[in-house]
Amino acid sequence: MSDVILLAHGSGGKLSHDLVKKTFLPSLANTMLNKLDDSAIFEASGCLAFTTDSYVVNPIFFPGGDIGRLAVCGTVNDLSMSGAKPLYLSLSIILEEGLPLSELDHIVKSVKAAAAEAGVNIITGDTKVVNHGQADKLFINTSGIGIISPGVDISGANAKVGDKVILSGTIGDHGIAVMSQREGLKFSVPVESDCAPLNKLVCQILKASPRIHCLRDPTRGGLATTLNEFATQSNVGIMVEEDKIPVKESVRAACELLGFDPVYVANEGKLVAIVKPSDADKVLAKMKQNNYGRNAAIIGEVSDAHPGKVVMKTKLGPSRIVDMLSGELLPRIC
Amino acid sequence: MPKVMCLAIPMRIASIEGDEAEAEVGGVVRRVSIALTPEAKVGEYVLLHTGYAIGVIDEVEAKETLKLLEEIASFSEVS
Amino acid sequence: MKFLDEYQNSDLATKLARRIASRSIKPIRLMEFCGGHTHAIMRHGIRQLVPETVEMRAGPGCPVCVTATTDLDKAIALAWLPNVTITTFGDMMRVPGSYSSLQRTKAEGADVRVVYSTMDAVEIARENPKKSVIFIGIGFETTAPTIAASIIKAQQEGIENFHVLSCLKLTPPVMKTLLDSGEVKLDGIICPGHVSVIIGSRPYEFIPADYGVACVISGFEPIDILLCVSKLVEQIEAGQPKVEIAYRRGVKPQGNRKALELMEEVFQIDGANWRGIGIVPQSGLKINQEYEHFDADKVFSGLLRFARNDKPVREPKGCRCGDVIRGVATPLECHLFGKVCTPEKPVGPCMVSSEGACAAYYQYGSPESSENF
Repeated sequence: MSDVILLAHGSGGKLSHDLVKKTFLPSLANTMLNKLDDSAIFEASGCLAFTTDSYVVNPIFFPGGDIGRLAVCGTVNDLSMSGAKPLYLSLSIILEEGLPLSELDHIVKSVKAAAAEAGVNIITGDTKVVNHGQADKLFINTSGIGIISPGVDISGANAKVGDKVILSGTIGDHGIAVMSQREGLKFSVPVESDCAPLNKLVCQILKASPRIHCLRDPTRGGLATTLNEFATQSNVGIMVEEDKIPVKESVRAACELLGFDPVYVANEGKLVAIVKPSDADKVLAKMKQNNYGRNAAIIGEVSDAHPGKVVMKTKLGPSRIVDMLSGELLPRIC
Repeated sequence: MPKVMCLAIPMRIASIEGDEAEAEVGGVVRRVSIALTPEAKVGEYVLLHTGYAIGVIDEVEAKETLKLLEEIASFSEVS
Repeated sequence: MKFLDEYQNSDLATKLARRIASRSIKPIRLMEFCGGHTHAIMRHGIRQLVPETVEMRAGPGCPVCVTATTDLDKAIALAWLPNVTITTFGDMMRVPGSYSSLQRTKAEGADVRVVYSTMDAVEIARENPKKSVIFIGIGFETTAPTIAASIIKAQQEGIENFHVLSCLKLTPPVMKTLLDSGEVKLDGIICPGHVSVIIGSRPYEFIPADYGVACVISGFEPIDILLCVSKLVEQIEAGQPKVEIAYRRGVKPQGNRKALELMEEVFQIDGANWRGIGIVPQSGLKINQEYEHFDADKVFSGLLRFARNDKPVREPKGCRCGDVIRGVATPLECHLFGKVCTPEKPVGPCMVSSEGACAAYYQYGSPESSENF
């Protein structure tokens, strides 16, 4: 077998089958995938959630993760944020001719590890190869199916005045980790992407507050964009306090250097929850018991002032509007 | 939210090599030019603007300013 | 972070604010001439901390905003010349020129690259000897020495395919022009922080001497700005305008001698075209004869004349960037602000540039002012 991807790997012929058998199956093996039929067949009943995402992050390897881990976590998290228990994922890859097989192998192993951590199986997939220069190393699409338990009704439109806003941990880690690779910033202690599957964290949150109002992961556009989405969808005002928002010192320094505001930088392993005030402390405590929620904090609340707008009380005292991200902050961050 | 040109963040010089230096702030390390501040020494803090150190921070003056600020603060307690 | 955190102390801010309020009696107007100050003042809500007697106005401090449309059109035209790579600071990408923008030009296939530093542009020239790499040199006296240093370095290394289109501008001359015009009555000036690290405090001495206007050089942290306002109020109330340095950890009266030497080595002073103001004499820097092979204007003028179809410069209808730049209007007074002109669909540069007054108002507007948009 050659040590780089060739166009023939995507032709459907012998090399394609070889690739599946030698690179994908050993890592991702499960009953449904192993059948290698045109479709994966399974039974499911109840309220289903279905999501899809494509990943074009550049560079494909970054501190704390790679495009493979990102692809699994991103889709698992989209399902989780709707209150769905993730069941199955599809994995579709477009490879650039010339990509070293060792890199693909590494990425598939990351997919396996992330899927195992999340407790999901990849049950169907596809591989295509394009000419050198027509894809930047590789692009991935994952789609996912999950099941929503009865009674769970999570939506960006559910925020109510008086609700508390809880953030699961430090912001800006993923965007800065990717950016630091691109901009040649070094760190004495490397900033790592926070890329993580949050389904187990969400499960614990739902145990503490089954009727939780809103959940979302602040990916592209950062915390500010997610809060603005809630404010608009629910037509409420959201007030947050700048000094309650956890940011790692190295992320803050990198943001100062690059001219970014941490509230606009992408995260891939964090969530924002909007909960009834009476549930806030319970949810916070549950979050802190989970590794991915250990730095969780209540950062603000929902108010009836300035509906549709997010207002931040700055460190110094005066308040300012925090708008949605406008323009392009960081291209190809996920 | 694009980069703001004017804001120069104070960075500490960690090492010097000719007209370039490794500067550090909050755990971030970056290569910078000291062509405009050839007098900068390791351990000193510089103001960085688009990759160039434009001035060395005067620590004595910084202390004086903070002292002045503290005086102002204590006066306004009284008045 | 050292030299940063100490100047963000909220307790100190409150006390400084109280001191300003206790000393400020008559209504006064202060103007800042630095985009970084405009940004910091909005970001930290300084207007909400100072008393109503102190009005703060943004002046022409954003290098992107004051770049004449004709210069931007030239940069875009250069992008289409054969074998040219345009390198620019990110903020210039989305500014609308008469017919296009650098971002659009890049999307249409021209080689336009964003750089963080002039050093990166020289690096690109070094790595691509067959291309003519042109750096769009916008900025004031903070950026000028960095460009001078990069040109000298390119000279030393024998890099011949590096060129600069100088749109560099000087601050004290435009201060004089605004004061002479009398359009906006000023009592005090918040002098730019990092321009002053380079030029020192002496170039501002004509301002209190000839116009009776107080000048204090300020840093960028909220405490720095409040300290500056406090000193300005004191000078104005005492009727004793002078030039004072509040940013003492960064600025010396004589400035940065090495930086000034490098500027003198490479540049000569000339008139410059300021958007919204027009030609201001002796307010720009052009590359001098000794380094003219680095001057994109000289090197490419022939080709440009050949390629250009002489379409007239167009300014967007209804745009009040010129007025905002001169401090005659605040962003809230432009009826395009927030409605037609937003960061997503900017009409003029003041909304595009992170240092532009309109962008700062839009991004950091107080909840009260946001009722306007």
